[in-house]
Amino acid sequence: MDTFLKEGRWSQALEQIKLWARLNSPWVIHFNSGSCNGCDIEILATLTPYYDVERFGIKLRGSPRHADVLICTGPVTRQARDRLRRIYEQMPDPKFVIAVGSCALSGGVFDGCYNVVGPIDAVIPVDVYVPGCPPRPEAIIDGVVQLLGKLQQGARP
Amino acid sequence: MSKEQFTIPIGPQHPALKEPGHFTLTVDGEVVTGASVRLGYAHRGIEKAVESRNWVQDLYLLERICGICSHIHATAYCLGVEKLAGVTAPPRAQAIRVLVAELERIHSHLLWLGVAAHQAGFDTLFMYSWRDRETVMEVLEQLTGNRVNYSANLLGGVKFDVDTRVLETILSGLDFLETRTHHYLDIVSGDRIFLQRTRGIGMMTSEQAERLGVTGPTARASGVRRDIRVDAPYAAYDRYPIQVVVETTGDLEARFIVRLKELLETYHLIRTLLDGLPEGDLKTRMPRRIAAGETISRVEAPRGELFYFIKSDGGDQPARIKVRTPTLSNMASVTQLAVGHQLADMPMLLTGIDPCFSCNDRLTTVQTSGESETWTWEKLRQYGIASYRERG
Ligand code: SF4
Repeated sequence: MDTFLKEGRWSQALEQIKLWARLNSPWVIHFNSGSCNGCDIEILATLTPYYDVERFGIKLRGSPRHADVLICTGPVTRQARDRLRRIYEQMPDPKFVIAVGSCALSGGVFDGCYNVVGPIDAVIPVDVYVPGCPPRPEAIIDGVVQLLGKLQQGARP
Repeated sequence: MSKEQFTIPIGPQHPALKEPGHFTLTVDGEVVTGASVRLGYAHRGIEKAVESRNWVQDLYLLERICGICSHIHATAYCLGVEKLAGVTAPPRAQAIRVLVAELERIHSHLLWLGVAAHQAGFDTLFMYSWRDRETVMEVLEQLTGNRVNYSANLLGGVKFDVDTRVLETILSGLDFLETRTHHYLDIVSGDRIFLQRTRGIGMMTSEQAERLGVTGPTARASGVRRDIRVDAPYAAYDRYPIQVVVETTGDLEARFIVRLKELLETYHLIRTLLDGLPEGDLKTRMPRRIAAGETISRVEAPRGELFYFIKSDGGDQPARIKVRTPTLSNMASVTQLAVGHQLADMPMLLTGIDPCFSCNDRLTTVQTSGESETWTWEKLRQYGIASYRERG
């Protein structure tokens, strides 16, 4: 037991357990910072029986403090900017962000509107980008799987 | 009753809704004594943006006001612009517009049913209704190539035709959905536990409904017989009449029943429409510049009356477009009805109007004097500064 602790194998094992847990049950939270709803209903569709991402252990949570992954939709409006930042800061580390939809990637059709600050990555760092207007549920699932795959290799995407 | 009051802020990110909105509830114990709502998190400034894009680009921008009722926004816009230009889309195009609009209504109502059931804690119904909703999403995808934001409309017509393959998908899909809808109707009017969350909750009399200016299924559940599809038929609704579904009880249960019965009406309408789909072209020529003038265009969105004001000064860009969406007119009813209810009923009450924030976030003022008033840019700015200062 002593050597186990001394050689740091204990902390290694703990890391592995954490990674295992993270890969098998990434809890997500969803924030809409000014989207048209299209992306949001597709995200919801991925959670329901037909596409069912819950089979990957993914669960939608209500509170940022429970979540590992933040799924963002829509361009960031002036009003929502601080909220988005605050939600991101409330999430425990390590945290990951998936931006869903053309608007979240670039501002999309709303680029240049007076109340739009810009895409998500103008406000918080983004790990995975899922393009489309709105992306199909398959594309959203693929985005999540990519995130998980990268995590498994131990790298940030 | 104790004097002590407690204020509960909810939102803008909250577990219950998928969209940002902020509510402040004052409670005394478990009972709500006051409610106010703060909107604007999804305000993007679309009405201003349309003025710097041309008529065709605006079609795609306006479609993205709301992803759930995208087609109906585009339809309202197209009908208005066509009226200004003195062009009418061919009958087949008009019929296809109606077809897509009704398919959209199916998807929207089923979506709402699921979300509302979820608020009641009835997740099984949520999952089932969303599973069934995929049927109509599949139809929409086969028909238009996209699941959401179908962009079926063009100025002067539509992009897609209905071929026999799609026709079969639609018809078999409708049969399946019809049996499911009957099943859901049984559940919402028969499940004892569910009824405890809906029956007698959020009562709104027809006088209240008139006074608060609610529209759509919410108003029809309170006995107000109002439906633009019947009162002022647009596109092809004069050829395919629809029965208005009205309930008189005015509680949450009635709002469920009205929406589900509307689905049955919609299935019927689609079948008649597909039976007698007029032959002919899908589009007509549309000028690039639209003659100067102004017009209004009203359509029945899944959530109620959608209103467009369109003004052209003869150029290739609109001079002004004003949109009034149904959620905004329904929103006032929530803050009124909330008073006196249990805190736990709030999510249900809110979803009862089928809120959609993305289309509703705008500045509105209510005027009671009857005189007209113009807000200048400077006045708006000052108002904005003052209101932000007040909120701190
Ligand atoms: S990407 Fe498209 S569907 Fe998604 S929020 Fe933007 S406009 Fe709506």
